[in-house]
Amino acid sequence: MTIVGLTGDEAVAYAVKQSKVDVVAAYPITPQTIMVERFSKYVADGEVQTEYVCVESEHSALSACVGASLTGARVFTATASQGLALMHEMLYIASGLRCPIVMGVANRALSAPINIHGDQSDMMGSRDSGWIQVYVENAQEAYDWTLQAFKLAEDGDVQLPVSVNLDGFILSHSMEGVDVLEDAVVSRFLQLRKPVFRLDPDKPITVGALCLTDYYYEFKRQQVEAMLQVPKVLDNVNREFGSFTGRNYGVLEAFGMEDAEAALLCLGSTAGTAKAVAKKLREQGKKVGVIKLWLYRPFPIEAVVAATKRLKALAVLDKAVSFGAPYGALCSDVISVLHAQHVRPHVFNVVYGLGGRDIEPSDIESVFEEALRIAETGAVKESVMFLGVRE
Amino acid sequence: MTAEEKKKGWKSLPMGAVVLEPGSSLKYKTGDWRAFRPVVDREKCVNCLICWICCPDAAIVRKEKWVEVNYDYCKGCGICAKECPKEAIKMTEEQK
Repeated sequence: MTIVGLTGDEAVAYAVKQSKVDVVAAYPITPQTIMVERFSKYVADGEVQTEYVCVESEHSALSACVGASLTGARVFTATASQGLALMHEMLYIASGLRCPIVMGVANRALSAPINIHGDQSDMMGSRDSGWIQVYVENAQEAYDWTLQAFKLAEDGDVQLPVSVNLDGFILSHSMEGVDVLEDAVVSRFLQLRKPVFRLDPDKPITVGALCLTDYYYEFKRQQVEAMLQVPKVLDNVNREFGSFTGRNYGVLEAFGMEDAEAALLCLGSTAGTAKAVAKKLREQGKKVGVIKLWLYRPFPIEAVVAATKRLKALAVLDKAVSFGAPYGALCSDVISVLHAQHVRPHVFNVVYGLGGRDIEPSDIESVFEEALRIAETGAVKESVMFLGVRE
Repeated sequence: MTAEEKKKGWKSLPMGAVVLEPGSSLKYKTGDWRAFRPVVDREKCVNCLICWICCPDAAIVRKEKWVEVNYDYCKGCGICAKECPKEAIKMTEEQK
């Protein structure tokens, strides 16, 4: 076992280095910058054979990645916030052309007003772009999921881009001990990419051809199918990764859910705080639990249904706001999935942390208390709470 | 077999809208798009070739004494009929 001190961004860069990526094209943006800054140092020091393309914008970064990926290369990029927004057009092209690009996203609030701190509005706004979305809780998970992301993306039944999301600053800039694998072990876990199709001058193909009313719909249906294949493929990837590392992942982590009556469902680093609070409350005899989704797109329907089956109340935490929508994006998904169940918990939505506003253990405790009250009374007072905002 | 029947479903199309066969655009007949069909009246045609110059799809075919239309590629825009000084080209509705 080798424990090294790495920030979330550095953990991603280290995993990318070990993944023997052929091409990186990226543009720095806070709080993602360290990922590409650290990786450019690996390139400058000759530690990797990667072609590092300096581009003038995120739009160009992802465009270069699409071209590189179509040649059969293993490709990585990284961004956040406004950079992801600038990539928006290309996100759909990467997924539509079935480019298994892996992208590190250090989640950050969107302007205006301008803010550099962490919330998940950036990737939530891109949730329909056909990218697989993974959210991590700490630097270890950032490292582990980056390695797994390549294997998932490049699987022949998937062939879709994957974003590995880590909370800006909270994870991107916080140093933690990360148990890293030997290079040789990573090479055994993650073999060279075997492209389903690729641009090859000796065997020409056309990509990006015009598809009108006659064919476009069929290709979108293919993308739907690729997403449907993800849980099965990811299960294999997780198992294999577990056999190398002893660290076992899945589509979600359930904490205390075996007997919980009230629970909190969230993404990313907030789950760490939530588990610590839940542990304390459980020691006081309160039946609370935490569900942390690792996989957000495709939404792990069956796993969420199974995890919430015995619950009486569920708080869904959204670190993003969906203006004019009935709930935050995550909560809308949870409610739509549970709608088909005859027996289901009372669900309420907690919007929190916008623009990096801290969420403290006492805040989490207040959410659990509300969930426990609802579990007992069945009465939801506020379907959407804005936690921590000044009136 | 009609064109509609020949089109493949999502399960048998190549991934990512990739075209695996080079030069296959030659097989794509844009005449399918046509709603109105230009019909040349050979009695009226004086072979002045104004239509041949004006056609944006190079779908006018020169013959010795008159012009013909290549219906594989004519999209039915009607420019030929509009420009013909002898009103020798009539646009008629396509029969499905």
